[in-house]
Amino acid sequence: MTTTTANLALSRPLVQRSPRHTAAIYIKEAKYEFLKNLRLRMYTVSVLSFPIMFYVLYGLVLYSKQSLAGAPVPAYMIATMGTFGVMGASLFGTAAGLASDRGLGWLQVKRASPMPPFAYFAAKIITSMIFSAIIVLAMFALGYAFGGVRMPLGQFALLVGTLVAGSLPFSAMGLALGYFTGPNSAPATINLMYLPMSFCSGLWVPIMFLPKFVQQIAVVMPPYHLAQLALGIVGAGRHEPSAAHWEMLAAFTMICLGVARIGFQRDKGKLYG
Amino acid sequence: MIATLEQPRNMKIANPELAVANLEHVNMNYGSVRALRGVDFQVRAGEVVALLGPNGAGKTTAVKLLLGLLQPNAGRARVFGGDPTNPENRMRTGAMLQVGRVPETLRVREHIDLFSTYYPNPMALAEVLAAAGLEKLSERKFGDLSGGQRQRVLFALAICGDPDLVFLDEPTVGLDVEARRMLWDEIRRMVDRGKTVLLTTHYLQEADELADRVAVINKGEIIAQGTPAEIKAKTAGKRIRCITSLNLTALRQIPGVTEVREDREAVEIHAVEAEPIVRELLARDAGLSGLEVSSAGLEEAFLELTRDTTNEVTGSN
Repeated sequence: MTTTTANLALSRPLVQRSPRHTAAIYIKEAKYEFLKNLRLRMYTVSVLSFPIMFYVLYGLVLYSKQSLAGAPVPAYMIATMGTFGVMGASLFGTAAGLASDRGLGWLQVKRASPMPPFAYFAAKIITSMIFSAIIVLAMFALGYAFGGVRMPLGQFALLVGTLVAGSLPFSAMGLALGYFTGPNSAPATINLMYLPMSFCSGLWVPIMFLPKFVQQIAVVMPPYHLAQLALGIVGAGRHEPSAAHWEMLAAFTMICLGVARIGFQRDKGKLYG
Repeated sequence: MIATLEQPRNMKIANPELAVANLEHVNMNYGSVRALRGVDFQVRAGEVVALLGPNGAGKTTAVKLLLGLLQPNAGRARVFGGDPTNPENRMRTGAMLQVGRVPETLRVREHIDLFSTYYPNPMALAEVLAAAGLEKLSERKFGDLSGGQRQRVLFALAICGDPDLVFLDEPTVGLDVEARRMLWDEIRRMVDRGKTVLLTTHYLQEADELADRVAVINKGEIIAQGTPAEIKAKTAGKRIRCITSLNLTALRQIPGVTEVREDREAVEIHAVEAEPIVRELLARDAGLSGLEVSSAGLEEAFLELTRDTTNEVTGSN
């Protein structure tokens, strides 16, 4: 029997990964996470099509000639339906995959490999942001073509940038949910939080048309704050200071990451799959 | 060429006990279930070791401890003399685990590409595909593969980084005879290239074919270790337990007795065949009581192991 290199192997110098190699891993992890979701019909249909379809129906077909809070409906709805789309892309992009990978053993294979652990989470967050950008840009393109939406380039960049950055709090929420739901219960649990939160935050029915008590609930809803930031950019905000909205979203993100961390620690040393 | 081959051989003589993976006095519990009890176990450089046991014996737990996926309640798990969770150690380790669901929308080639990136010196894609018998399936999405083909992809992911140490948890489950043979050949080729392999199996035949050493595990304990030949020899024989006034020395002298030891008030005698020994015992000690005859230690475990394979071990009953 030849047992040559294995004996040398013990004394082999340790291999340190170069920053360039680490970056290559992060990029490839994100690339395949994106491809994986793009080919998942359940993901693209529910996450991409629904918000865009709603935007077309309400923003461009039914109420396109009207104004809301000083902004034309097609622009107003990029802010609200955009928030709705970003939230869905981020929650489903993180929670559903994580719950399934955790529950059915795939995450263990990844963890046993030399993958840098954070690359897995970064890939999910980056993918969610890319899908968020696709949704917002699609709405904008449709609004531009069929709803007469026009704005200066700076404003446009700010709107898209704000909505895409808004993916972060919901990705964090998705990671927390992914750690505390099973592979089968994750999608239902996501919907159970996503849909009522969207409604209460004024993403479907504009906030001023909602009953008073729902408006009071709204101020503790993270999507409300993201939507208000976006509405502020299109000139339809409620004149609340935008710093307060950012603070709420940042606090919410930290809490969710904290919960996700508890789940991450709990999973260490626990058997699943 | 000869010189480079000779040198490592000398090293092997110098360090015959070179352990690349070991479990030291490991206890592992899941709640009240004791998955592993006082397990001591080593894999030495260049060996193929088979962890053989029935379902639920603790094989997968042992592998997960060595991969750093689980932390033992007592004792410790080491690979390459260090912590299994060290990134440096993980870069030299490959693992094939039992998985419920693998991302189905990625192609075989893409899965291998991603895992290859994790390692410092991965094998070429074509080499990995050939080793796992996946040449014709590289463009196929994982979700479109059969069970056996999926197993082969998981095997490919374990070896694509060209690791020094490979863990294979039940690698041939769900494979047909031909695919199983192919995988065995591939494992042998890896060992020829100096790799170390730990595989778990519940087929004695598989352990026999592949392993330099076999550890038999049952109910969380390692009940026997040795070469496949030694293990098979141990499965033969009977255990006789009785309370007798005969002393141990006298018992050891009875022909056919292989081992005698005291067990509380009784003695336990191991022998190849029970009947002649029992006849002799009764003739010498009229007051003998509490006589029990059972199969020797391994049989209970092997009864489960060998249920679905044909081999010579069960023939000794």
